[in-house]
Amino acid sequence: MITIEVKNLVKNYGKIEAVKGISFNVNEGEIFGLIGPNGAGKTTVLRIISTLLKINSGSIKIMNYDIEKDSDKIRKIISYLPEDAGAYKNLTGKSYLQFIANFFDNKQNQQMVQRGIEIADLDVRIDDRVDTYSKGMMRRLLVGRALMINPKLAILDEPTSGLDVINAQEIRKLIKNTAQTGTTVLLSSHNMLEVEYLCERIALISEGKIVEEGKPKTLMDKYKANNIEEVFIRVVQQ
Amino acid sequence: MSGLGNIIKKEIKELLTPTTFVPIIIIALIFGTMGSSIQGIQEQALEKPVIGIINADNGTLATITSSILYNNSKPVFNSTSIDDKQIGIETVKQKNGVALIIIPNNFTKQIRNETSGDIEVYWIMKGAGLLDTISSGVLQHLIDYINTNISKELIQENSSVNASFVLTPTKNVETTFFKDREFKGLTPDLIVGMLSSQSFLIPIVIMMIIIMAGSIVITSMALEKENKTLETLLTLPVKRTSIVTGKIIAAATIGLLLAIIYMVGMSYYFQGMQISEGGISLAKYGLALNSQDYLLIGISLFITLIAGLSLCMLLGTFAKNYKSAQTLTFPITMLALIPMFLTMFADYDTLPTALKGVVFAIPFSHPMMAPRALIFDDYLLVLGGIIYVAIFALVMIIIVVWVFNTDRLLTGSTKRRKLKSRNNNFNFIRRR
Repeated sequence: MITIEVKNLVKNYGKIEAVKGISFNVNEGEIFGLIGPNGAGKTTVLRIISTLLKINSGSIKIMNYDIEKDSDKIRKIISYLPEDAGAYKNLTGKSYLQFIANFFDNKQNQQMVQRGIEIADLDVRIDDRVDTYSKGMMRRLLVGRALMINPKLAILDEPTSGLDVINAQEIRKLIKNTAQTGTTVLLSSHNMLEVEYLCERIALISEGKIVEEGKPKTLMDKYKANNIEEVFIRVVQQ
Repeated sequence: MSGLGNIIKKEIKELLTPTTFVPIIIIALIFGTMGSSIQGIQEQALEKPVIGIINADNGTLATITSSILYNNSKPVFNSTSIDDKQIGIETVKQKNGVALIIIPNNFTKQIRNETSGDIEVYWIMKGAGLLDTISSGVLQHLIDYINTNISKELIQENSSVNASFVLTPTKNVETTFFKDREFKGLTPDLIVGMLSSQSFLIPIVIMMIIIMAGSIVITSMALEKENKTLETLLTLPVKRTSIVTGKIIAAATIGLLLAIIYMVGMSYYFQGMQISEGGISLAKYGLALNSQDYLLIGISLFITLIAGLSLCMLLGTFAKNYKSAQTLTFPITMLALIPMFLTMFADYDTLPTALKGVVFAIPFSHPMMAPRALIFDDYLLVLGGIIYVAIFALVMIIIVVWVFNTDRLLTGSTKRRKLKSRNNNFNFIRRR
């Protein structure tokens, strides 16, 4: 089953065309990566799929819900982790998770909080105020927040951004485990190793266009490249 | 470029934004309008008072009195018959005058008999603001001058005259007409004094609520952006209207709580400051509010708070961070201060038309004007204000929800950012 269906998506900021008619599909339970440099349009695409931005033309369906007509329904089944997201600084980690869980099913929100605490794995620091957290702790809390609701679709913008190697590795494992439970993951990353490790399929995006799409291994073979970074450079220089 | 120059250039560039300047320019324009209007009021007050005179006495002291009045005022009605009193009052009202002064037919005779001669003053009061009593103050000074001149005359005529009597040979018998009511024994000054606690306390409290609650809302929006929590919030299954109204209601609750604390302190302060008006009861003259009036003031205040906070929410959507939020609270502070000072110093009815329009358009004016308007049964102004502010609040909420549904909230000024991003893209490729 297709979780995300993007067709001819165009997004303009005033006169600037940020996304120029891209199309792609993401299957259920798949980890799909959008790869590209800063300003290529990755975050714009993720924000549109997260119902934050409006589209200029084209169409997007999430689990068969239309992004323009059914945004309220879509928000119930997705979870978005922005690249540089923060949490409410006057709350403790646990009360932040509780605050988010309260927007979802009342019957399950305690389970959600418990799951969030487990994913964040902050031990006793979960009861401390968020403004005392390090960057790594904050990111773990936010990943916990994003995944605790068992979303049908997790949209993760640079999920390991700013994390050290050990923390980044743990989060990658978490994402992989989450996908194995049936959650579809759409992520963006600059880290090509991360992409190779995590993503079943990727789309290379440059200047608002998808310039290549496929499985990492297939693309490396196609472009006779040692890694995805080389693939990207060869595709862009063509 | 030197280090200092470099820092100055960067700081100026950062501060030189439309967000900083547009509110200041608007406020400067409003102050300009206010200044010219208030100057107009003051110039009008410095002119000779417009009065009516009925001199029913042909004695020498009455002649002195009337000649002082004629020389130092602009008489618009003149008669020698007490029967013309009503016509005189109406004429003075029509000519926008200050008072009708009646010198009774036994005025000279009474003073000669060492009994105070009555000067009947029928004040036509236009407004209950401090500036509104300037012209009546000028006439009051003139009546005191008459008293002094009659004293001089009596001493010149007879140096052995009763000293205690000769210092105050006249006595004012005063009645004030204000907003279709007649207040016997009261002068405009006294009425303004009686209403002063309402004139000062209520506008100050309302101004404080607006500023405190408004600042909470703007800062809340700014912090959502600065702490990068807004994006997450907007992707949660919660309606935009719930986010907007939730923030407004929370800020209104805190604002009201702060106002109650503030009001308790201020009421004690004003009780200590209040000058006794000789035990005159406001209720005796019908100058008190009933429960229905309090209800209307409460409604007016609540709706104004919602309108003000909706406006703050709209301003908050422009805030990029805590620093810019501080700048954005400035127009709200000014919009709260303008009606506060105007309601203290002038009555809405006596303002020039342009200023009336400005005051009516500012939603915060309405709860400030409501108590005085309700005392004088001006329900049209209060109800009209409530309806206007309710429409204003509704329009603001619709605009805020619309902004929440657009990209503007997150993207702000995108043009420059996207161009920069595009350059990054080229650099990314070039580096390789």
